Amino acid sequence: MPTNLSARFCTFVLSLFLIAFALPAFAGPFEDAVAKFANDDFSDTEEAIGVVASSGNKLAFPIISALQDGRLMADPDSKKVYVTGADGKSIDAATGQPVASVPDSASAVRLNNRLRRSVDAALGSLTLQSPDLGTRLQAAQSVFKSHEETALEAVDGALAKETNKSVKAALGEARAAILLFKPDTTEVEKLEAVATLKARGDQEALALLIGMGDQPESVTKAAASAIGSIQNSLAVWSTVQNAWYGLSLGSVLLLAAIGLAITFGVMGVINMAHGEMVMIGAYTTFVVQEVIRTRFPGLFDYSLFIAVPLAFLVAGAIGVLIERSIIRFLYGRPLETLLATWGLSLVLQQAVRTMFGPTNREVGNPSWMSGAFELGQITITYNRLWILCFTLAVFAILLAMLRYTALGLEMRAVTQNRRMAASMGIATSRVDALTFGLGSGIAGIAGVALSQIDNVSPNLGQSYIIDSFMVVVFGGVGNLWGTLVGAFTLGIANKFLEPIAGAVLGKIAILVLIILFIQKRPRGLFALKGRAVEA
Amino acid sequence: MTPHMLTRSLDRGATIFLAVVAACGILIPLSNLLLPAGSFLQVPTYLVALWGKYVCYAILALAIDLIWGYCGILSLGHGAFFALGGYAMGMYLMRQIGARGVYGNPILPDFMVFLNWQKLPWYWYGFDMFWFAALMVLFVPGLLAFCFGWLAFRSRVTGVYLSIITQAMTYALLLAFFRNDFGFGGNNGLTDFKDILGFNVQAEGTRAALFALSCLALIVGFLICRFIVSSKLGKVLIAVRDAESRTRFLGYRVESYKLFVFTVSACMAGVAGALYVPQVGIINPSEFAPGNSIEAVIWVAVGGRGTLVGAALGAVVVNYAKTFFTSGVLAPYWLFMLGALFILVTLLLPKGIVGTFNSWWETSNEKRPAETTASAAAEDGITEPKLAEKRS
Repeated sequence: MPTNLSARFCTFVLSLFLIAFALPAFAGPFEDAVAKFANDDFSDTEEAIGVVASSGNKLAFPIISALQDGRLMADPDSKKVYVTGADGKSIDAATGQPVASVPDSASAVRLNNRLRRSVDAALGSLTLQSPDLGTRLQAAQSVFKSHEETALEAVDGALAKETNKSVKAALGEARAAILLFKPDTTEVEKLEAVATLKARGDQEALALLIGMGDQPESVTKAAASAIGSIQNSLAVWSTVQNAWYGLSLGSVLLLAAIGLAITFGVMGVINMAHGEMVMIGAYTTFVVQEVIRTRFPGLFDYSLFIAVPLAFLVAGAIGVLIERSIIRFLYGRPLETLLATWGLSLVLQQAVRTMFGPTNREVGNPSWMSGAFELGQITITYNRLWILCFTLAVFAILLAMLRYTALGLEMRAVTQNRRMAASMGIATSRVDALTFGLGSGIAGIAGVALSQIDNVSPNLGQSYIIDSFMVVVFGGVGNLWGTLVGAFTLGIANKFLEPIAGAVLGKIAILVLIILFIQKRPRGLFALKGRAVEA
Repeated sequence: MTPHMLTRSLDRGATIFLAVVAACGILIPLSNLLLPAGSFLQVPTYLVALWGKYVCYAILALAIDLIWGYCGILSLGHGAFFALGGYAMGMYLMRQIGARGVYGNPILPDFMVFLNWQKLPWYWYGFDMFWFAALMVLFVPGLLAFCFGWLAFRSRVTGVYLSIITQAMTYALLLAFFRNDFGFGGNNGLTDFKDILGFNVQAEGTRAALFALSCLALIVGFLICRFIVSSKLGKVLIAVRDAESRTRFLGYRVESYKLFVFTVSACMAGVAGALYVPQVGIINPSEFAPGNSIEAVIWVAVGGRGTLVGAALGAVVVNYAKTFFTSGVLAPYWLFMLGALFILVTLLLPKGIVGTFNSWWETSNEKRPAETTASAAAEDGITEPKLAEKRS
């Protein structure tokens, strides 16, 4: 049990440290305090927490953490207190001696919310000097949040010893937070504390400054200016954050719409089963991961690299099949195509539901896709970042394919003038099938990426189909660049409207705006120029 | 509507259809009410409610056929008009509950009390009066269709673009009505109805009357559609369907024709929804789901677009099949069947049941020469509409 081990190790080092600095651990008061846990009285418990936490006894950490987890058992009759470990073994809290079993009359020491706060504070100060960097940082942050006066000494002590820069900064902020709320701090110290919090500049610092209560006039003034500056910088960061979310949503929309831009935009075939191609891609990922989990667990991190080409092939093959068996009979009858492909989407959904069940299937994130990093005040998750990169890569490859390959040339020729292309010897029906397969295959790839951020269920595709159509219609049919601009515009607009109007109203507003936009430009942002009048 | 116009607009199929609907509208309620329960010919109450639902769907299908079959506007958002009509009726029924709700508030419906609202939102005013609700049933869907159509048709949004936009419209409404603060009961919608015009909604007599009314509405709706499509205006509509640009170049204001027929159709859908709600006993946002609207389109396709009779028939047939299959062991396969229906009908039976039957009837009549079966309707050129061959 690593957590247990490291906790024990921390305690061990902590006690060594305390012994080295000759802080004598008086057995008497510590044992008395421990016995108070058995009184089943909240104020006694609070006193006991304070004494135990500041005792420096090596049992302090196990006792307090057991108290937090409800593993501290007290026997009201014998006034004995026991720490039961997660492994079921117990020790006497006062002496540290192992005991065979906890008496039946013992019950867990009760806590209320106030006590939970002091427990947190006590634990925070106990771990402030842990040898592990992460633990120290976390402890400093938890002291910052609780800003209990009692932790001030521990923070000062830790601050004197700390060498790591970021932990030192966190400790300084924790100290500032405590000082700000301590009634007997001098004005100068308080001003310094305000300055420190201002430098921290995040939501929590803002909350502390706003909620600091009655202060001397100079401090209130400084705090007011600090609040103003923090709010300004937060506003800037939230704009950046919204922009990032917008880009991320835009990349998802682009990924879902890009295949549609080919089938609908280039071929003029309206494929309502497009969302189901995305879903098939996601389920391909699921199957690949299942096989890897059972046969080759070591390959899990590479599962997506295997899934991408497979999803392309599976969805693409299904796409070609659909084109050959249904869609080619419906060219020139767009409304009928719409109905037939809608029926197809019902069939595909139900087929997947029958095969894999109606519930969500779990698709895991490879290690390089999970986690996040901080950039200033915003958090960027790796999966969103990779999806953005992946989307742009797919877009670039597709663009290059249409531009530089023979198939791309034939596709463009057939789009621009079918009869002329046929006269020049291009097998138009073959090109149609391949184009449709390409669009479907790209939808399958989108499914691989979306499986990383969305639930993999038979309804996966449905949630994207309307949005994808909006993107293509908004961006302009028959132009991939339009789709790119359309997707990112809609994504960013959506995320900027969300905080103002709420998620649902924001979405409605976007739909209404698109409807109004089509008034102005019925052919979308980037319309193909031409003189054709539609029939 | 002169008697002459009326008779001229009715061919044999339409007459048979009207006679059947009228017979059902009279005989089914009578058999339900007068014959003793359990008797062989007695129609049980649950069947009356079920068939009442089908009749409402048939009205919706008529509304879709009017615009799709005769004007080439494929709306994938007609479920929205249907649901809006239903909500208008639902609001009236909610207000009729009065103090009998769970919370006993005489003014506020239960869900508002639950959400801790203090007073009725302004848009609920007037719905305690039936005439106002009835007006809103026509007005709200009509107004939405008018505004939407005015924007869409004016900027010449046609074909699949229009379909997608209408789908987005119903999707937006779906999202909006799911919200609690929108004031229409959110997720749960409106339900627990007690009275309509003082009669208990659950009572057998009321259900029978509602069924008869639905049949009457179907007949009236059919006559209106028939009148529209066989008038001069109807001919322009068919011209718009088959060659929109050419009609425009000939000097017709295509937008105005489309807007008119779209609004009429939305009002009809609203009436269908309003009749649907008291018979089903609930209206909730799922009625706005895009899937519902597309399903309604397939009813029309199955029955035969551009035939009106076929639309109503398709609605009843598909929904009967749905009830039949989803209640049995075949339930997991219903979606396969529905999907296959979409595909097969568009591929193999583009004229639908009635359309195919009509063309078969005509060719078999042509084989027997010198028979004067060229009816007035054929002269109008509407019995077998020429589906637009190429419109990309």
